[in-house]
Amino acid sequence: MARFIVRRLAAMIGVLFAVSVIVFVVFMVLPKQNPAQTLAGKNATPVLVKSIEAEWGFDDSLVVQYGTMMKKIFTGELTSYKPRIPVDNQIKEGIPATFSLTIGAAIIWLFFGLLLGYLSAIRAGGWLDRILTGVSIAGISIPVFLLAPVLLYFLTYKLEIFPNAQYVDFSEDPYEWARHLILPWFTLALLSIGFYSRVLRSNMLDVMNEDYVRTARAKGLSEREVMTRHVLRNSLIPVITLFGLDFGATIAGTAIITEVLFSLDGIGLYAAEAVRKFELPPIMGVALYGAFFVVFVNALVDIAYAYLDPRVRLGESSSE
Amino acid sequence: MSAAPLLSVNDLRVGFATEDGIVQAVDGVSFDLRPGEVLAIVGESGSGKSVTAQTLIGLTRANNARIEGSVALDGKELTSASDAEMRKLRGERVAMIFQDPMTSFNPVYRIGSQIVEAIRTHRPDTSKADGKTRVVELFEAVGIPNAAQRVDDYPHEFSGGMRQRAMIAMALALEPEVLIADEPTTALDVTIQAQILGLLEKLNRERNLATILITHDLGVVAEVADRVLVMYAGKVVEEGTLDEIFYDPQHPYTWGLLGSLTRIDRPRPHRLPQIAGSPPSLLDLPEGCPFRPRCPHEFSKCTEYPALESRGGEASDHRDRCWLSPEQKREKRQVEGQIGLEAPGEVRQA
Repeated sequence: MARFIVRRLAAMIGVLFAVSVIVFVVFMVLPKQNPAQTLAGKNATPVLVKSIEAEWGFDDSLVVQYGTMMKKIFTGELTSYKPRIPVDNQIKEGIPATFSLTIGAAIIWLFFGLLLGYLSAIRAGGWLDRILTGVSIAGISIPVFLLAPVLLYFLTYKLEIFPNAQYVDFSEDPYEWARHLILPWFTLALLSIGFYSRVLRSNMLDVMNEDYVRTARAKGLSEREVMTRHVLRNSLIPVITLFGLDFGATIAGTAIITEVLFSLDGIGLYAAEAVRKFELPPIMGVALYGAFFVVFVNALVDIAYAYLDPRVRLGESSSE
Repeated sequence: MSAAPLLSVNDLRVGFATEDGIVQAVDGVSFDLRPGEVLAIVGESGSGKSVTAQTLIGLTRANNARIEGSVALDGKELTSASDAEMRKLRGERVAMIFQDPMTSFNPVYRIGSQIVEAIRTHRPDTSKADGKTRVVELFEAVGIPNAAQRVDDYPHEFSGGMRQRAMIAMALALEPEVLIADEPTTALDVTIQAQILGLLEKLNRERNLATILITHDLGVVAEVADRVLVMYAGKVVEEGTLDEIFYDPQHPYTWGLLGSLTRIDRPRPHRLPQIAGSPPSLLDLPEGCPFRPRCPHEFSKCTEYPALESRGGEASDHRDRCWLSPEQKREKRQVEGQIGLEAPGEVRQA
């Protein structure tokens, strides 16, 4: 376990370094207005622009600029250009909304994805399976940017069942918190519900043909015990891997669209704003935050994986 | 052989509806099994032996399966029993072990707990600790060393032979009356095979267990069986006692199986004898005897399929489905001084 953690930490540092370099390089090669010019305003004198360049270090070499930026990240001094707000504060402020959205959506998509997949698999070929297949394909096919406005139009403006989004803090009012998040949750979860139910269904159909399932039947287990204890249990292993990748990616990026569409005051909205204003520090901050969670969640998944599948042992090069 | 049969199978027929038509995997199989008896069912892949075995405990029940005939355990009809009744019987009265011990245990659970699961399914008031104690006893009975530690191992920590022993321990957990072993040694090394067969034989003797042994390996049959059923294309083509099948085989297919055994007491053959051709598709059986296209002794009568009956003159339990007269059979089954199937020309020239 200790070896596993050390290896994972090393990998994480490597990934974060690579991400920071890539984001930095991409930003630098993209055509853009001189940020000092932007900061100085419309009618700035060249002298003012020069002094701003010197103050921010825009005239340093790229390597020095990169070094300065990394130093600022570690000391917590990284700020956006205009207004000058610390990036780490912004990210921290966005965390409650973003985590409420993504964790809630993840629970919903896991629950419904697995439920629908399970029902589909045990009734494979029947009418229920066919209906659920149609529903899943529809869920996978509807894009978020279409679904969100449609839901908002009908359920919020027309029928007024749900409030116009905005984030309400959980500590303020848990009921309102949930009420404001239901539409974003389902919007974000829908695609994954469809996808996960398909994946679980096909895994279960594969596992049903395994010899050990026949053994379980030969022992006299009921059909339900065979399905849950043996078929479902073993079919979940690959789903967990998938979930790790998807959940990390959702926190790191997928949630951005949903946050923007429902104007939830989270990290995604902040990232979208930063990209629109073309400011490197918040983009860098958000990218590193995202990369951190992708790597972190994947490490958790590997631990869960070793627990779910005893043939996998952490920290050993390989078994057998 | 005077005891009443424990398991009585009568004209069992199992068909599966497929897109290309009905596959009659088992076509009129009948046999009786008494306590303490070992019945071997032999045949090539696709002869219907495994389907027969799995049908006995209801594992072939499916929407596309058509099961006819009768399977009676102690007089109780099983083909018409409800799924719940069959479930109660599986493991408890009729246990089954499978071909591949590598894949027959669920890789994510400890071996011991998988056996405890079988016990607790039928005896729900057994505590997990009692179940485990029982598993340790069973492991000792089937010769697994360090039984107390090994119950907590996962399947991948067991060798193939040990896994098959554990499989047998699981089958014995509830002291069944009938044990069905479906190719129990096929996936094992030869040395391990002998150990497993020895174990099965010992358990059969000690526990008076009625055993059905499914195999394609006549060497395995010779070691443990009392009676033998030879199957081909879903039908029994010959049945008799071990000695009758080995020393006085009546059906050319049986000769072929016996002729393709390697024997340590004979000179090494130039090449291993084999039965030419392959088993027919069950969707497209030849008219008459299904072995006809592969049989060098085919003649005009073979377009009609003979009944399974005793053809030796006096009535006996040694029955076969071949039109040749007993004299012709005695003469034709001799190939180079031993029992075998004369190979058709093309194979001999090869």
